[in-house]
Amino acid sequence: MSVHEPNSVPEDVEPGDAVKPGRPVQVTRYTAPARFNHWITAVSLVLLAISGMALYTPKLFFLTGLFGGGQWTRTIHPWIGVVLFISFAGLFVRFWKANLPVREDGTWLARIVDVLRGHEEKLPEVGKYNAGQKFVFWSMSGLILVLITSGIVIWDQYFAFLTTIEQKRIAILAHASAAVFAICVWIIHVYAAIWVKGTIGAMTRGKVTGGWAWRHHRKWLRELVHKKPATPAE
Amino acid sequence: MFPPIPNPSVAPDMAKPRFGEKDIMRRSASDVTPPAQRLTEVAKLIDVSKCIGCKACQSACLEWNQLHEEVGFNHGVYENPMDLTENTFTLMRFTEWENPETENLEWLIRKDGCMHCEDPGCLKACPAPGAIVQYSNGIVDFQHENCIGCGYCIKGCPFNIPRISRMDHTAYKCTLCSDRIAVGQGPACQKACPTQAIVFGTKDEMKDWAAHRITDLKSRGYDNAGLYDPQGVGGTHVMYVLQHADRPHLYAGLPDDPHISPLVQTWDGISKYVGLAMMGFAAAAGFLHYVVAGPNRVSEEDEENAEKLTEGKPVPPDRPPSEEGRP
Repeated sequence: MSVHEPNSVPEDVEPGDAVKPGRPVQVTRYTAPARFNHWITAVSLVLLAISGMALYTPKLFFLTGLFGGGQWTRTIHPWIGVVLFISFAGLFVRFWKANLPVREDGTWLARIVDVLRGHEEKLPEVGKYNAGQKFVFWSMSGLILVLITSGIVIWDQYFAFLTTIEQKRIAILAHASAAVFAICVWIIHVYAAIWVKGTIGAMTRGKVTGGWAWRHHRKWLRELVHKKPATPAE
Repeated sequence: MFPPIPNPSVAPDMAKPRFGEKDIMRRSASDVTPPAQRLTEVAKLIDVSKCIGCKACQSACLEWNQLHEEVGFNHGVYENPMDLTENTFTLMRFTEWENPETENLEWLIRKDGCMHCEDPGCLKACPAPGAIVQYSNGIVDFQHENCIGCGYCIKGCPFNIPRISRMDHTAYKCTLCSDRIAVGQGPACQKACPTQAIVFGTKDEMKDWAAHRITDLKSRGYDNAGLYDPQGVGGTHVMYVLQHADRPHLYAGLPDDPHISPLVQTWDGISKYVGLAMMGFAAAAGFLHYVVAGPNRVSEEDEENAEKLTEGKPVPPDRPPSEEGRP
């Protein structure tokens, strides 16, 4: 399958990815800055979802209390959106290359039933990200772009003069719809991390076990093992 | 002449408001049980054909509501200010129109402001519980203590009326002088109007008076004179008598057939149910999957294989990304 030339680093191997032999084998999956970047994104997305849902449906309006009332929720929500956008842009720059589609993604998606059953022995070996993770990455990228654009259109405090009322009406519908999809994608993302045991450690400590990498991202693990050992200068 | 509204009695019991909380028919972002008995619907009738453009109504509105408009600029036109603002709840809009049939220059002066729709788009769009209420007499009122300043009412309104204050970040518009009407007076603008271009009473009285005015206008050659009480928003509690009721847009862009935008109806209506259902479904699907499929755990064998791989010992071969391995 893949040819491991000693000097070529496969596209899905990101800076900092490394294998540490031992029992069990430890694999570094995310650097500290990447994890910090992800935490800011995660916290802002949760805050945005809560404040957004509070304004989305009257049944959840009481959630505005968490932000100091309706006026504060309305004020702060767009600013958190700006934080999320900048923070996610950071994640995008870090992760886009490893999320480019490859041949085995199609097979992986075609066998989605085996994925859901946990029959990973029936799936092709995947690199750092499987097709499901790539779906989360690209759909979030697209949705966040829609959200920031439509969000600015309806950020009346500063940008009311930029657009017509009719454009703002469209923007509200687009913003709410994109938010619903983003929350659904987020639910899938969080659930996958809960379902696949050993994943949360990647987010918190940046490390997974060799067995985890062998089971879920075997191509990536093989690439890391065959990679020229990383030197501190690298 | 329409009989003027008498000055109110100064007797203490007459100072008690005649409508209030109990008469709220609709409340933004809330479910309310409408009162069993509806109050008599009120209406303000603006007879454009009688308006002389003196702006006494505009001044009276500022005075009664204790508002101060900024000192503006002379833009070379009669509008002053150029648009409604959070302080200017009502604004005279001037249109010079050359009637192609008579070749007369007609000066169409329309008093713009909240129409107090029977089906209020602002109230439907509002996400803040109780920030907008509709009383059963037809008055649509903003409750500033509940307003969050999001500006959704502006998007909901088919007439482009509400304005957000830069001072307190809440939305403002004509209240139909709900405080005056509650104690039996007419709105301040009506009180100030020197030509009875503005009259106030029950909606039925206003329709009757309008019919009388329309007959008069027709006898003067305005064949298309009529009442503007648009049914697209269920009728309004501010109505116009127009010389050219077949062409409301002549009057500084008064909508010909106003209705709440379908976009607003969609986001306010079905999209919320669909959206909540989607999110609920995603969460439920995750839960069910966990219950049925169980957690996806790394096995001892996986760990051993990883150890063998790092130690250079033989491990199971690559699984090609083909159809192989399919049961």
